[in-house]
Amino acid sequence: MEHFWGMTEIASAHGGDIDRLIAYIHYLMLALFVFWGGFFILALIKFRGSRPGPADYAGVKGKFSTYLEVVVALIEAVLLIGFSIPLWAERVNEFPTDKANEVRLVAEQFAWNVHYPGPDGVFGKTSIDLVNNETNPIGLDRNDPAAADDITTINQLHLENNKPIIVHLSSKDVIHSFGIPHMRIKHDVIPGMSIPVWFTPVKTGAFEIACAQLCGLGHYRMKGFVTVHEPTEYQAWMDEQAALLAEEGEGDDFWD
Amino acid sequence: MSAADHHEAHHQQGFWRTYIFSTDHKTIGIQYGLTALVFLFFGFCLMLLMRWQLAYPGQPIPVIGGLFSDATMPGGVMLPEFYNSLGAMHGTIMVFLGVVPLAVGAFGNFVVPLQIGAPDMAFPKLNMASYWCFFAGGVVMLYSFTAPGGAANSGWTSYPPLSDIATTGQTFWLIGMVFLITSSLLGSVNFIVTIIQLRAEGLSYMRLPFFVWAQLVTAFLLLLAFPPLEAAGVLQLMDRLAGTSFFLPSGLVVTGDVLQVSGGGSPLLWQHLFWFLAHPEVYVLILPAMGIVGEIIANNTRKPLFGYKSLVYAVIFLGFMSFIVWAHHMFLTGMGTTISAFFQTTTMIISIPSVIILTVFFISLWGGRIRFNTSMLFALGFLPMFGIGGLTGLPLGLSASDIPLHDTYYVIGHFHYVVAPGTILALFAGIYYWFPKVTGRVMSELWGKVHFWGSIVCMNFIFFPMLIQGLMGVSRRLYDGGASYDFAEPVIHYNTMMSHAAFALAVFQLPFIINFFVSIKKGKKVDDNPWHATTLEWAAPSPPPHGNFDAIPKVYRGPYEYSVPGAEKDYSPQFEAEA
Repeated sequence: MEHFWGMTEIASAHGGDIDRLIAYIHYLMLALFVFWGGFFILALIKFRGSRPGPADYAGVKGKFSTYLEVVVALIEAVLLIGFSIPLWAERVNEFPTDKANEVRLVAEQFAWNVHYPGPDGVFGKTSIDLVNNETNPIGLDRNDPAAADDITTINQLHLENNKPIIVHLSSKDVIHSFGIPHMRIKHDVIPGMSIPVWFTPVKTGAFEIACAQLCGLGHYRMKGFVTVHEPTEYQAWMDEQAALLAEEGEGDDFWD
Repeated sequence: MSAADHHEAHHQQGFWRTYIFSTDHKTIGIQYGLTALVFLFFGFCLMLLMRWQLAYPGQPIPVIGGLFSDATMPGGVMLPEFYNSLGAMHGTIMVFLGVVPLAVGAFGNFVVPLQIGAPDMAFPKLNMASYWCFFAGGVVMLYSFTAPGGAANSGWTSYPPLSDIATTGQTFWLIGMVFLITSSLLGSVNFIVTIIQLRAEGLSYMRLPFFVWAQLVTAFLLLLAFPPLEAAGVLQLMDRLAGTSFFLPSGLVVTGDVLQVSGGGSPLLWQHLFWFLAHPEVYVLILPAMGIVGEIIANNTRKPLFGYKSLVYAVIFLGFMSFIVWAHHMFLTGMGTTISAFFQTTTMIISIPSVIILTVFFISLWGGRIRFNTSMLFALGFLPMFGIGGLTGLPLGLSASDIPLHDTYYVIGHFHYVVAPGTILALFAGIYYWFPKVTGRVMSELWGKVHFWGSIVCMNFIFFPMLIQGLMGVSRRLYDGGASYDFAEPVIHYNTMMSHAAFALAVFQLPFIINFFVSIKKGKKVDDNPWHATTLEWAAPSPPPHGNFDAIPKVYRGPYEYSVPGAEKDYSPQFEAEA
C-alpha cells in the first residue's frame, strides 16, 4: 500500500484510499501552480516595462481562462463526488458492528484511558461519582456484573491485526482529539458526547496516538500507544490482563 | 448646506480634536494604521518567542529570557502555559488587532471616501467611536498579560470547556473581543452607508474601483458575521462569571474533581457560533488585500484589469458563499455524510470565485508594460503566495482528505500562506502605494525592495516546511513542536530552520520601519498623482485637506482606463473630462 509522499507509512485498511485522494488533490494543486507560475513568469518577462511599445488596452482575448476554470471545477466535482463523499460515508455510516472488536476511550487532561469490555463483550457501568484519579480514572462500577471482567489501561491501546475496531470516544473534561497518523484516523473527543470511530489495523507493531486538539498545558505530551497484535498474541495479552485483574482487581498501567 | 460646505465652515480645531479625538476619516485611518502596525509588530514578537521554544525546546532564551517573570519563563525557559498564551494571543492579535484594523480600519477609512469622491465618511462620529472601541479592545488584550495565570491560553478559537475553565486571562479576552466586534460593527455600517450614499456624480457601481467593491462586500461580512461571536462571547463570559453552562455539558470531571456546574450545555454550540464569524472573517482578511492588489496591478501594468465585471461578480458571490462554509472547520466533530457533503460542496463552490479573482489578476499582466516598483513587487508577490494558500485549502476542504491533515501544521501552513505572504504582503503594497497620498512624499525604493525580497524569501522558509510537517501528521499547538513523537522525527529538524527564517524575517522588517518613519519627514516630495493613476483619490491634494477635495470631482469613466487607444497620455483619470 503506497503512502503519499511525505506522509507516514499506512497501517490501516482504509489508509490507502485516503492517501490516494490526498495524492490526486496535490497533483491538481501542482499542475495549477506550475501552469500559472509559468504564465506569471512569462508575462513578467515578456511585458516588462523596458520593452518597446505601449501597453495593450484590450489585453487577452478569447475564453481560455473560462474554459480552464470550468475544467478545475469539474475536477473538484470528481474529487468530491467520486472520492471524498464515498470515503466519508464509509467512515461514518458503515460500522462493521457484528464482526468488530469494541473499546471505549475516555480522554482526560492529559491521558487516554482505555476501557475494554472483557470476555462478555459488554461495557460495565461507569459513574462520575466513582472517579478516582489514582485507582479508577474512568469511574468503573465493579459492582455491575457486566463490569466484573472489564479491563482498563492507561495510554495503552491493544488491537488485533486485520480485525475492525470500533473506538467509542468520550472525554471527562475538555475537548481532545484522537489521532493516529499511521492509521489515517483522527476524531475530536468531545465531553458530553460519545462518538464512535472505526478502522481496521493491517500491520502489527507499535504506533503513536497524538492528541490533536489543544487541551491545556500538557497537550504536547498527551501521547498514547497503539500495539497491534496477531490474533493469538492479542488473545494472550487479554488473558494476561484478565489474570492480573483476578489477582489485584485492577488493570494494567505497568508501561508507564 | 452640502457636506462639503459644511466642512469648509469648520473653524480651526485644537490639538485634541485634530489629532486624537478626530472625526476626520483620514486622521482616523492613520490612527488605525499606526495602532494596527504596532499590534502587528507585537503579535509578531510573540511568535518569535514561540519559535525559539520550537527550535530549542526547554532551552533558556538568551538575553531577553531573563526579562520575563518566573510565572512565564523561570530562568529564561518558557513554561507550557506561557507558550499556550503566546499562541492564543499571537492569533488573536494578528487577526483582530493587526490585519483587520489595517486592511479595513486604515486602508478602508483613508482610501474609500477619497476613491468615491466624498468629503468624509457618512457618520464621522461613529467612525471615531469605532476607532476608540478598537483601541479599548486592544488595551484590554494587552492588559490581560498581567492577569493571574497570564493572558488567554485556550487558542485564538477559545473552545470551551477548556476556555470556560481557563485562568482569568480568558475573561479579559472575552471582554476585549466584545469591544473589537463592536468596533467592527460600527465601522461596517459606516462603510456601507458611505459607499452607497456618498459616491461622486457619475460614479456608478460599475465605475467603482475594485478596492471599493472589496471594502463594500467586507463591510457586509463584518455586519452580518460578527454579531454571532459577540453573542457567543457574552455567553461564555456568563459561563465563567455567572455560573451558567451554555457550553458545559453535565458530568465533567476536571483533574479528578467533579465540576460543580449546572451542565446541560453544548461545547459544539460555541464552535458553530465561532466559525460562523470566523470563516467570513477569513474573507474580511483577504478581500481588502485583493482590492489593494487590483488597484496596484492596474496602475503598474498601465492597462485595464482583465474582466472587471467578472471580478465584481466574483467578489459578491464570494461574500454570499462565505456564510455557508463554516462547518468545514468542524468535519471531525461527529458529522454525518449529508451535512459533511453539504459543507464540502459549498467549500468547493467557494473556491471558484477565488480562482476567478486570482486568474483575473494573472491575465491582467498579459499585454501590460509592467513597472516593477516596490508596491508592484509586493502586489505581484501576493499572487503566487495567495495561490499556495488557496490551493492548500483544497485537501482540507474535502472531509476525507482532511482526516489526517486536520489540526496539523498543514492547516497552519495553509492559512499563514493566505494571511502572511498573502494578505500582509498586499497590505505592505498598499502602504508603499498610498504613502505619497498620505504624506506627499514617497518611501525609498531601494529599502522597499530590500524589505520585499527579504520578507518573501523568509516567509517561504517559515511556512512551506509547515506543510511538510503537517503531511507527516505533526499536531499544531505543541509546546515542544512535536519533539516527543517518534513519527514526527523525520520532519522535526525543520523547526530550527523555520525559526532562523523567522528571526531573519524580523531583521528584514527593520528597513521598512526605518524607511517608513524617515520618509514621513525626508522622503522625496512628489506631486498629487505620482503613479499617474486614474482613480479619484489622486485628484485630491497630497496630503488631502479637511474635506478632501478642492472641488468635489465628477466622474467621467471607469476606474482603470490606462493606455486608451488614441489618448495622448497612457492614463485617463476618472476625474478628467474628455478633451
